[in-house]
Amino acid sequence: MSTQETAKDSDFAIEGHGDISVGVHGAGASGDGSASATRITPGNALRPEDIALEISRGQVKPTEDVAEFALRIGDDGLILAQRLGHWISRAPELEEDIALGNIALDQLGHARSFLTYAGAAWGKSEDDLAYFRREHEFRSAHLFEQPNGDFAVTIARQFIVSYYQYQLYTALTGSSDATLAAISAKAVKEVDYHRDHSAQWVLRLAGGTDESRARIIQGFKLVWPYVDELFEDDELTTRLAEAGVAVQPSSLRAEFDRLTGDIMAEAELDIPGVPQSLGGGRHGKHSEFLGYILAEMQVLAREHPGAGW
Amino acid sequence: MAPHGNPEAPASAASEINREAPKVAATNAERTTTTPASAPDVTPRGAHEESPWSLWEVFVRSSRGLSHVHAGSLHAPDAAMALRNARDLYTRRNEGVSIWVVPAEAISSSDPDSKGSFFESPQGKDYRHATYYTKSEGVKHL
Repeated sequence: MSTQETAKDSDFAIEGHGDISVGVHGAGASGDGSASATRITPGNALRPEDIALEISRGQVKPTEDVAEFALRIGDDGLILAQRLGHWISRAPELEEDIALGNIALDQLGHARSFLTYAGAAWGKSEDDLAYFRREHEFRSAHLFEQPNGDFAVTIARQFIVSYYQYQLYTALTGSSDATLAAISAKAVKEVDYHRDHSAQWVLRLAGGTDESRARIIQGFKLVWPYVDELFEDDELTTRLAEAGVAVQPSSLRAEFDRLTGDIMAEAELDIPGVPQSLGGGRHGKHSEFLGYILAEMQVLAREHPGAGW
Repeated sequence: MAPHGNPEAPASAASEINREAPKVAATNAERTTTTPASAPDVTPRGAHEESPWSLWEVFVRSSRGLSHVHAGSLHAPDAAMALRNARDLYTRRNEGVSIWVVPAEAISSSDPDSKGSFFESPQGKDYRHATYYTKSEGVKHL
């Protein structure tokens, strides 16, 4: 993960010319640097590197409970990013290819921040946590590891995920843990867009052709069994809710139901009446899919520990 | 496509796109309704020609006070999705604060072959520039 960020930084070094008022990039033929529609400035936002720096200076350190909680939501993002990344070069249109890739990278960004922060409790880096944990040590919920299926299944999964994450991150912006609150404040804006993106597609697939409607109905049937797990309380969330660090997942359910219900009603789709899965992801009990994701994600780092590229 | 003119049928710039636009729309409608088996000759013009999504031109404003500048084009099924695709394609690196999308077929463009009659006329007419005139004596703030 850090290597990816390094690549991005050098990207800026090559292309970036800072502020538009002094930028000359692309000025050439048009003769007007300030008219560039593709100026490049990274902007200012909380990055995983900033969190790592604060950790190394001893400015922040999560409690064991906070770290365990950050691990859960970090793993959610990491596994979903890996899933969504599979769409790159495979989406139905080039534009959608990039849209899903962007969402994947947003999720990876959130995961990096949460895992970096979580790792501080145990002296581990984000890479240690991503590449060198085994399946039963991952804390992601089952929904995130569900297969992409066709485009409709991916959209149905993303619809549930982004409405859930939006409620969660909104609540976490008020966390008594300043780092969790800051990461969530950055993440919630991005997730808000994911919400919009998936809702637009739910409406279009449901209102499109007979084929697209049948597929989105089937998509929701496949992923809806994993909804309840997202809103399950346990001892950890109870302790964190009492401490004002997090909220009980169950407290997010009513608003989730209302907002997703609005879109589903507009799309004239029924909430699938499917039985709920047993869950267990938060305690390391996963479906058969996670192992394959980890194998692909971890093989290079395990084969060549410490490799950079 | 449309905004770049059609070299085989040079015409006065303004009327050209008006003729082109319905053709594009009709072809797209045909493609969505006919089955692949009964489809007539498919012109080998690349995969994107077969997309039922229409073409949109994207304009991005990089910051407050500047005007929207053409950034590129994209395919989208409708205006709402075109805006979102534009956001995903053209503002990934913090390039914009505002986006316009315009159906490509709604843009009328000048004919590249008419460059001479269209654009060469102002050349040499330096009296159209303020610098052509000598400043009268005693006039301040010019």
